[in-house]
Amino acid sequence: MIKLMKGNEALAEAAIRAGADAYFGYPITPQSEVLEYLAREAEKRTGMVVLQAESEVASINMVYGAAGTGKKVWTSSSSPGISLMQEGISYIASAELPCLIVNVQRGGPGLGTIQPAQSDYFQSVKGGGHGDYHMIVIAPATVQEMSDFVKLSFELAFKYRNPVMILTDGALGQMMEKVEFFEQQERTTEKLDWATVGKPTDRDHNVITSLHIKPDKMEEINIHLQKKYRLIEENEIRFEEIMCEDADYIITAFGLVARICTKAAELAREKGIKVGVFRPISLYPFPYEKIKSHSSKIKGILDVEMNAGQMIEDVKLSVNGKVPVEFYGRMGGIVPAPDEILEALEKYIEGGKL
Amino acid sequence: MSIDTLDRIETKVFERPTSLIDTEMHYCPGCGHGTAHRLIAEVIDEMGIVEETIGVAPVGCSVFAYNYIGVDFSEAAHGRASAVATGIKRVLPEKYVFSYQGDGDLAAIGTGETIHTCNRGENILIIFINNGIYGMTGGQMAPTTLPNMKSTTSPFGRDTKSMGYPLKITELVAQLPGTYYVTRQSVHKPLNVRRTKKAIQKGFEYQKLNKGTSFIEIVSNCPSNWKMTPVESNKWLDENMLPYYPLGDIKVPNEKEA
Amino acid sequence: MAKAKGDISINIEKCKGCEICMDACPEDVIAMSKEVNQKGYLYAVKITDTCTGCTNCALVCPDAVITVFRETKQKKEQIATITNVTGNITVTVDK
Repeated sequence: MIKLMKGNEALAEAAIRAGADAYFGYPITPQSEVLEYLAREAEKRTGMVVLQAESEVASINMVYGAAGTGKKVWTSSSSPGISLMQEGISYIASAELPCLIVNVQRGGPGLGTIQPAQSDYFQSVKGGGHGDYHMIVIAPATVQEMSDFVKLSFELAFKYRNPVMILTDGALGQMMEKVEFFEQQERTTEKLDWATVGKPTDRDHNVITSLHIKPDKMEEINIHLQKKYRLIEENEIRFEEIMCEDADYIITAFGLVARICTKAAELAREKGIKVGVFRPISLYPFPYEKIKSHSSKIKGILDVEMNAGQMIEDVKLSVNGKVPVEFYGRMGGIVPAPDEILEALEKYIEGGKL
Repeated sequence: MSIDTLDRIETKVFERPTSLIDTEMHYCPGCGHGTAHRLIAEVIDEMGIVEETIGVAPVGCSVFAYNYIGVDFSEAAHGRASAVATGIKRVLPEKYVFSYQGDGDLAAIGTGETIHTCNRGENILIIFINNGIYGMTGGQMAPTTLPNMKSTTSPFGRDTKSMGYPLKITELVAQLPGTYYVTRQSVHKPLNVRRTKKAIQKGFEYQKLNKGTSFIEIVSNCPSNWKMTPVESNKWLDENMLPYYPLGDIKVPNEKEA
Repeated sequence: MAKAKGDISINIEKCKGCEICMDACPEDVIAMSKEVNQKGYLYAVKITDTCTGCTNCALVCPDAVITVFRETKQKKEQIATITNVTGNITVTVDK
């Protein structure tokens, strides 16, 4: 089925089709359409539980409770709301509960603006809550991917018993594009040996907890988590390379910005500058090796983001000083245009610095 | 051939419930948590609902409730037990779900979750242990600390002018249309223990009727942080806590309707 | 009417010596030990035979260490007599 749809609505539609069991959320611009769409559509079509909680704090803890039963559970919010959820996300990561959290980012810090931004990269990728943990973070660039990645996220969440975040932004949430949806999947619950569903006589009682008072046990849990993260780093790297084969310069960008950068790269090529775009799709795990593999063939990298320069740190770690990396970004809800990126790129090539 | 004889036989009239895991609890001597845990286990055993029950433990002294009551358990973040319980109950509406929370958890940091869970009339049982103090962190002032009562953060007594008043959250949630059964009990005397058990049983039974939230406050003691012997603490509870937090049903279902 | 006859057994190693049972016992059956248990607590001990099996002690015990028994008079009905080489065995059931 092909439809013209807003990114936020595509998220909601995809979750219904993926057979999600429950959504707990709280309205916040620019992603309120998710809850609105689900409230209209979800229960009557699949019986998915849709509950408007009293806050994002409550939402994420409802997700924690419901995810503990082994059901497919998710929530969505935008930057300030995601900040409120950080405690719960840390608990979810520690208790190893599968779930999906969508952040339709807006500009910050603080209450900020309702316009799009990418300034929650650090929070999402480096661990916004306390303790050593990681979410799997994936960044869609199209409304099509807003749909596809919902299905992928649930698969990854259950495969690794780990929270997955779709990190997108208000522009992608609000813009309308053509989207082809996957077939409706049935709502099925696998029998999971760790889930709190009521203790049958043939097993010990299950406990979902993140509390391990004894330090040796807590270290053991941490070692186990780190092993899992290494496994995720081995298996779940995702990225897109656009015109990178013969490129002298590469622009690194994620999400919607990568599409704007692709336009800028095309404009550059019209001027005879060989530019490619490298788009990390999985932000955690980050494609360090893949970016590194380009470093011997290129003269420089321009990293473009809608923030003050966050992913650039991972790009720099990737090339480890072998190639100069410069940054161009807009903040506070401003989306950069292709020509300003091209201008920044030309300046960079001329002077080597921005 | 048939003859009637009168034999004296010894019957067990009280023993540890099966669902109370056979382990030593970490609570201080005389702490009411142990009694409250046992009552929950007794009711779960007697109703035969071990396989159908999921508990939610709080942050506070009773954080390890899941080590003592042998049903599936989820340990919640501080104050969020009723939100966690909501999440579980919404996806498993046929199961019995209860949260077990202290006064700091339920009536300070988790006030929002408590009130909204009750206001939505979630079909869960909330068991609220009120001992007027923070036990786990070492005797700090709780939202339910009595006026002039000393704690480590109100060392000269709770001055209501600057520290506010003890929060009667049980009366507060009774005002909400979502609550079905609201009661305040205690476990410091045999008769009260019997009444509390009856209340817990009702709480679980009402859950099956899908009528809304059952909320049971248990006024309890904290000998260690009140700096008294257990027996003295129960006497103090009687003389000081109960006048402020009177025992009894605050909201009872219309039995005809029930 | 004579008082019911009861008995208690106390798991002394799990007792924390809080004395709440002692306070709750209407017959002064319970006192505290002179020795400590392995955890270092004085523990509850039965000191008289006047227990009525009222369960008060067990109801208030936070550590569920007390089991209570009560002697009850029950009518028995003889349903059979089995004869073997050593004599007769009477089989009864509770009415």
